[in-house]
Amino acid sequence: MTLAIGITIFVLALFVGFEIITKIPPTLHTPLMSGSNAISGITLVGALIAAGADYGAAARFLGFLAVVLATINVVGGFLVTHRMLGMFKRRD
Amino acid sequence: MSKADVIELMYLAAGVLFILALKGLTHPRTAVRGNLLGSLGMLVAVVATLLHSEIISYVWLVIGLIVGAGIGTALAVKVPMTAMPQLVALLNGFGGAASLFVAGAEIIKLRTISSALDIDVSSAVLVAAAATGLIGAVTFLGSLVAFSKLQELWFQKPVTFTGHQAINAVLLALALALSIWLVADDANPAAYWMLVIVASALGALLVLPIGGADMPVVIALLNSYSGLAAAATGFVLGNSVLIISGSLVGASGLILTQIMCKAMNRSLFNVLFGVLGPGAGAPSADDVYAGRIKSTTAEEIAMLYDSARRAVIVPGYGLAVAQAQHAVRDLANLLQSRGVEVEFAIHPVAGRMPGHMNVLLAEANIPYDQLKEMDEINPTFSQTDVVLVIGANDVVNPSARTDPSSPIYGMPILNVDEARTVVVVKRSLSPGFAGIPNPLFAADNCLMYFADGKQAVLDLVNAIKEL
Repeated sequence: MTLAIGITIFVLALFVGFEIITKIPPTLHTPLMSGSNAISGITLVGALIAAGADYGAAARFLGFLAVVLATINVVGGFLVTHRMLGMFKRRD
Repeated sequence: MSKADVIELMYLAAGVLFILALKGLTHPRTAVRGNLLGSLGMLVAVVATLLHSEIISYVWLVIGLIVGAGIGTALAVKVPMTAMPQLVALLNGFGGAASLFVAGAEIIKLRTISSALDIDVSSAVLVAAAATGLIGAVTFLGSLVAFSKLQELWFQKPVTFTGHQAINAVLLALALALSIWLVADDANPAAYWMLVIVASALGALLVLPIGGADMPVVIALLNSYSGLAAAATGFVLGNSVLIISGSLVGASGLILTQIMCKAMNRSLFNVLFGVLGPGAGAPSADDVYAGRIKSTTAEEIAMLYDSARRAVIVPGYGLAVAQAQHAVRDLANLLQSRGVEVEFAIHPVAGRMPGHMNVLLAEANIPYDQLKEMDEINPTFSQTDVVLVIGANDVVNPSARTDPSSPIYGMPILNVDEARTVVVVKRSLSPGFAGIPNPLFAADNCLMYFADGKQAVLDLVNAIKEL
């Protein structure tokens, strides 16, 4: 991937983010934070490659640490968001 | 189609699912499904990655996934809703740390390849690696300090010392110098790890001076940083799904930071580097309160409610501290069964993070459509018979509207003083976070109910039942 394509993706995704997130009501801002937190755990993708590739013990160890931390982020984030959203109910 | 193409398309699918996840969060009805779509996106991204040809051994990777999933599940299931800000702070920090470790591993790889083949490493990739190290480490240590403050372990009071800003400036300059070294010296790991250490110190020093009332801003900002760290990692690895997801989260955190700053009428710079103190011309508590405070009882308030048609409850963080959410729900239900229209007025900074109060009330089974945000409920106070303020202070202080010398002047507040009667439940006349007296308490239409928040509401419920 060239740098220019990377920047293109970055800028377009920022705009999509701004457009959608300004529409999220304040009542859901805490689930938004925990949910987006889980999404930022996407760095797990890079961590998995680092932990599974063969560039020496140091790189593998860093990859392993990153897999653990990113998985906590992903699993903890999505689960706690699910738990929270289950509490939001309409008036009967 | 090659395997690499399949992986790229699966990453695209993951990115689309993340966008749909955020779109689902635009309404409580669709939010649960949105969150599930998000986790599906993550699953797709992980499966795609496992197909990656660079992966030759699955041992550490599987152990890491199992350990991480175990810890993550335990945290998510056990955390009480009042502790949600701490959990989010901690998860932000883990995200930042994961990104900086991934970039660290990539630097080792780049260094190995560059010295084996005697080629230069792309400067753009190294600039991205430096950015990942810097943002990731600031996020990691900054979040740990924020967690410690929120969990009330250490540094609860703002910590500052002489030369604090100067040291921050020196650390930032040092970090930039180390970044230049990293780029110039073809991915030298020593440069990278020194950068990480310097940036960690900077992260801690940036969050140490910040006080409890400003935590919502800091958590939102660190949330944004954790996303930007992931996006920077995407540039290091040349990975599109990291860039997409990272910028979505970065945008989300920035928007929330802006909303919180606006709700406190402070600039981000002022929150991070300024100190909020009582204004020079602010009146003393004695001047404001002397002889004007009217104290009331549960029976008296019950009588007020007996003739009321519309009532509003204003919950602040003190309500959550007193664990009074369920008692307040019983009060709201009782009033509704007696024909009173009841709504809750939620100030944007009512909790310790954006939207925190809404979650705490949702947990107590209060329907979300009964919770009204500031702009929606402010015009209705003049038609409201009784406003009950519990555990809130600065966000209902009319000086923000009327007194240009007040330190909170200009902050948007809930205009409860426009209601026919305001009842404030409070233990004493002690000031809120801003440290200033509240003229509302001395207003003609205001009654003070001095009691513990939870006990006050329980007594009130009993008094109404005895009418």
